[in-house]
Amino acid sequence: MNSGHDLGGMHGLGPINPEPQDEEPVFHADWERKAFSLTLATALLGRWNIDMGRHSRERQHPARYLMNTYYENWLTGTEVLLKESGLVTAEEMATGKPQGPAPNSIHVPGPDEALNAVKAGGPADIDAPVQAQYAVGDAVRVKNFHPLGHTRAPRYTRGRVGVIQRLHGIHVYPDTHTPDVTEGYPLYSVRFEGDELWGPDGDAKSSVYADLWEPYLEPA
Amino acid sequence: MPHDGHDHDHDHTEPPSDIELRVKSLESLLVEKGLVDPATLDALVDRYEHHVGPQNGKKVVARAWTDPAYRQWLQDDASAAIGDFGFKGRQGEHMVCVENGPKVHNLVVCTLCSCYPWTVLGLPPVWYKSAPYRSRAVADPRGVLTEFGTTLAPDVDVRVWDSTSEMRYLVIPERPAGTDGWTAEQLEQLITRNSMIGVEKARTPEELKGAAE
Repeated sequence: MNSGHDLGGMHGLGPINPEPQDEEPVFHADWERKAFSLTLATALLGRWNIDMGRHSRERQHPARYLMNTYYENWLTGTEVLLKESGLVTAEEMATGKPQGPAPNSIHVPGPDEALNAVKAGGPADIDAPVQAQYAVGDAVRVKNFHPLGHTRAPRYTRGRVGVIQRLHGIHVYPDTHTPDVTEGYPLYSVRFEGDELWGPDGDAKSSVYADLWEPYLEPA
Repeated sequence: MPHDGHDHDHDHTEPPSDIELRVKSLESLLVEKGLVDPATLDALVDRYEHHVGPQNGKKVVARAWTDPAYRQWLQDDASAAIGDFGFKGRQGEHMVCVENGPKVHNLVVCTLCSCYPWTVLGLPPVWYKSAPYRSRAVADPRGVLTEFGTTLAPDVDVRVWDSTSEMRYLVIPERPAGTDGWTAEQLEQLITRNSMIGVEKARTPEELKGAAE
């Protein structure tokens, strides 16, 4: 979806103002620790995946997404997913008072199991009998498409021509990924020249490499 | 300065903010319903606050600088080469290392969210997650670099890696001159988090000496 999260090329957002790296804490307030760990711990319940997690943040009003801090966006997404998955009712969320226990079918990881899960990670490549349509060196154009759902084709690449640099393998397709649906497509590293992306306002001595799934691409 | 909306030194006698109350309410609801184990929350925070961070990436870079076979392994299969240190897991499942050199400078961003190689760098800094960085890194990388005090010659090819998939990118900065014979442990002192994101170069021995004095 074309929303407030898709920021490449946007103007007017001000200076970066980095904190001195040796002084920057991992968390800036205790509520950030909670927003972070609640998001991770509830993701480990297995009712949604990372792509649905991203989409839950993207669906906010764009102005709100941009005004929120990072962990406010995480918290908002987690609240949305808890409600949509049925694990928490809207009334429970509004009142903070539980109306009933968690479903018996849910497995809640303890600390050791959770640590093992994050240490193991969750690979996104899958073994699927899919033939890659493009080869290294092929010119491709990102399709001019504007889906209302989740996608990982940034707006600034759409309609632009790049060159395939590498095939990463067959990766889970974020646009359709749900707990019940896992499609795999070839994932490519595609290089776009700065002036192809930004015209005369770009830097011809710069390029952008984006990872793009085959359905996003067409021959150029 | 708007880093995550809180000043470092805000007065803790103030009443809790809306966001603090909202998080507290959600936490107590989920604990009461039995959907999260409080010990799990503490364990996750402890891991990412104290045990995973740029110290991991520094080991990878220092070894790449001192061991040509390892450097090649990073190019051939970065996930396995990094996994050799035990640095594996969430947000580091699929690693790619990109090397800086005299005519090439790499910079990593995630314009769509804030994807970042947790296993080697820990959680991302506020600026990496910020809209100003995410919007401009792809369109004006040289301008972004100057905000970090990094100026590149006009003939240097700037490559920006937009982390749009589950591939995660680690920049191998250029080894500074004047470090012949340095051990990996000595070299680690020159490697900064920001140099492994690509917004600055590694420190020089002179800069290190200056910082120590």
